[in-house]
Amino acid sequence: MAEMNCRDALNLALKEEMRRDPSVVIWGEDVALYEGSFKVTRGLLAEFGEERIKDTPISENSIIGAAIGAAMGGLRPVAELMTVNFALLAMDQIVNHMAKIRYMFGGKAGLPMVVRAPGGGGSQLAAQHSQSLETYFMHCPGLYVAVPATPADARGLLKSAIRDNNPVMFLEHELLYNSRGEVPDDPEFTVPLGVAEIKRRGDDVTIVAYSRMTLLSLQAAEELEKEGVSCEVVDLRTLAPLDRTTFLESVKRTSRAVVVSECCHTCGVGAELAACIFENCFDSLTAPVRRVSGLDVPMPYSRRLERLCIPRVEDIVAAVKNVMQQKY
Amino acid sequence: MDTRLRAILPDQQLLKFYEQMTLCREFEESCAEQYTKGHITGFLHLYSGQEAVAVGATAGLHPDDYILSAYREHPQAIVRGADPKVVMAELFGKATGLCKGKGGSMHLFEPELAFMGGYAIVGGQFPIAVGLAFASKYRREDRISVCFFGDGAVNQGNFHEGLNWARLWELPVLFICENNFYGIGTEVRRSSALADIHKRTCGYDIPSEKVDGMDVIAVYQAVKHAAEWVSGHGRPYLIEAVTYRFRGHSMSDPGRYRSPAEVELWKERDPIPNFARRLIDEGIATEDTLACMRAKAAVLVEEAVKFAEESPWPEDDEVCNDVYAPVGEEVCPWLK
Repeated sequence: MAEMNCRDALNLALKEEMRRDPSVVIWGEDVALYEGSFKVTRGLLAEFGEERIKDTPISENSIIGAAIGAAMGGLRPVAELMTVNFALLAMDQIVNHMAKIRYMFGGKAGLPMVVRAPGGGGSQLAAQHSQSLETYFMHCPGLYVAVPATPADARGLLKSAIRDNNPVMFLEHELLYNSRGEVPDDPEFTVPLGVAEIKRRGDDVTIVAYSRMTLLSLQAAEELEKEGVSCEVVDLRTLAPLDRTTFLESVKRTSRAVVVSECCHTCGVGAELAACIFENCFDSLTAPVRRVSGLDVPMPYSRRLERLCIPRVEDIVAAVKNVMQQKY
Repeated sequence: MDTRLRAILPDQQLLKFYEQMTLCREFEESCAEQYTKGHITGFLHLYSGQEAVAVGATAGLHPDDYILSAYREHPQAIVRGADPKVVMAELFGKATGLCKGKGGSMHLFEPELAFMGGYAIVGGQFPIAVGLAFASKYRREDRISVCFFGDGAVNQGNFHEGLNWARLWELPVLFICENNFYGIGTEVRRSSALADIHKRTCGYDIPSEKVDGMDVIAVYQAVKHAAEWVSGHGRPYLIEAVTYRFRGHSMSDPGRYRSPAEVELWKERDPIPNFARRLIDEGIATEDTLACMRAKAAVLVEEAVKFAEESPWPEDDEVCNDVYAPVGEEVCPWLK
């Protein structure tokens, strides 16, 4: 095991997969010479050269579309969107093309490709650079959506995503790049897509979370333990495929659930998770499911206002206390 | 320059042009009939009038060259080698269709023929063609990507992104605009500040030319020359083929935005009878040979309709297949 941050874990995954498979190529805005706006692609140009690591024009729709063509033509492209907010300029290629091509062409075209996109709020980047758009992709059949929380998962999931034959939206949280954790040394270490992980065992309530909200949920669980509440924290790791079994079984055992997501509340990931729990675990529940999610506003710039829009540890603690008090 | 047909191509190839154009016309007119009968549903965009482009262009390419197109693409797939039966079955939504009935008229696809798809979001195919060209170049394959599109697509951002990208990365892409003058009901001069589409590549330092899209030989020669240029230089090129669709944008379009006189004028330039006249005048074919070819095409299309009619519907459990890749699937088996 080695300790490293998410940025280095992702960087390692990219290097390992590029060494392993010459069909892996990377492109995006400022990924080569500039080494990425978040430096995830540091050192790649030097090691792999400009045929495999390529700067593109600021043409997001074509960044994705060209990767689709490259994937159809026998490569495994990893396209980087500078931030997930710019995915909105590429939604035609992501939703109308990348997600549809296999199906509408009768299964005759595979698209082994990854779209990496940093996102999330908390850096005071205001309304156009702070979004959590995972719901958009999770809502679209044909896409896989990875949302790692830890350096080990970041590395393991990215390697799996690159090796997978489906298009994967790989959503990185900007505030996690410097977050540190233990990462296995084995260069063949991977994390399968579609398998959630119970990051903390508990008996009283299940907290379902992903990406940065997993870390906040673990902190909340720590605090709640001091007050005698035992929380189980399920980290989804991928939203598609969605590992329903792991969190549903956990909820059936604990009988209470809080679902946590950074995206906006209305029609957010939390809504899907809560509905899924109600549909499948209603008889096991001793309290209604609570959602903790982002406020339904465009992200404000001022830090005094921004902190109100993103779930905090105390919001998760309060939600857990609430479900502990409620009874059907 | 000797412009006689025999100076350009052997008789066999010239007759094949006629045969293919006739098959395309028969196929499309039969589609219209099947649509009226309710056998083909959804959107149906027919190619009648534009046959010289699909036939001439395909002949000017190497069979390995990738072809991408928009949603008026049945003839392009058929000329490339797709079985008319299987294409018709796709239009009927049957299990035996080219894409198992999941794509329909607008999404034909056969990678074994390097026919890389019909795309129904205007201009969606531009970046995909660019990416395929990158893959070919990266893999040191000797093939180019050919991207067909209509005059309506040139005001999409994708057109400009694609031209810039292909030139910037020096990728072998041949862009072929089928300018039939109308994006649905909007005439090109009402949508484009510069209606001479081929001139629009100057901002990207991409050579281009305009060709008579009603003349199969002119299209063949232009595309052959351009494809060789693209392959040799490893850079993009654009051809504007000026053509005309005899029918509306789709089956639901009565075409009131065009005067009957205009349509009649273009029908006088119908690429099929005009080419037939040249074949007869130059002694390459007799009226009988050509009539025989037309009859043969009609039989092929009748057989296609019969096959589609008799084919089974997809099973219900097929509906969730092909959303994701099955475990262990081989990617791009056609490249092996």
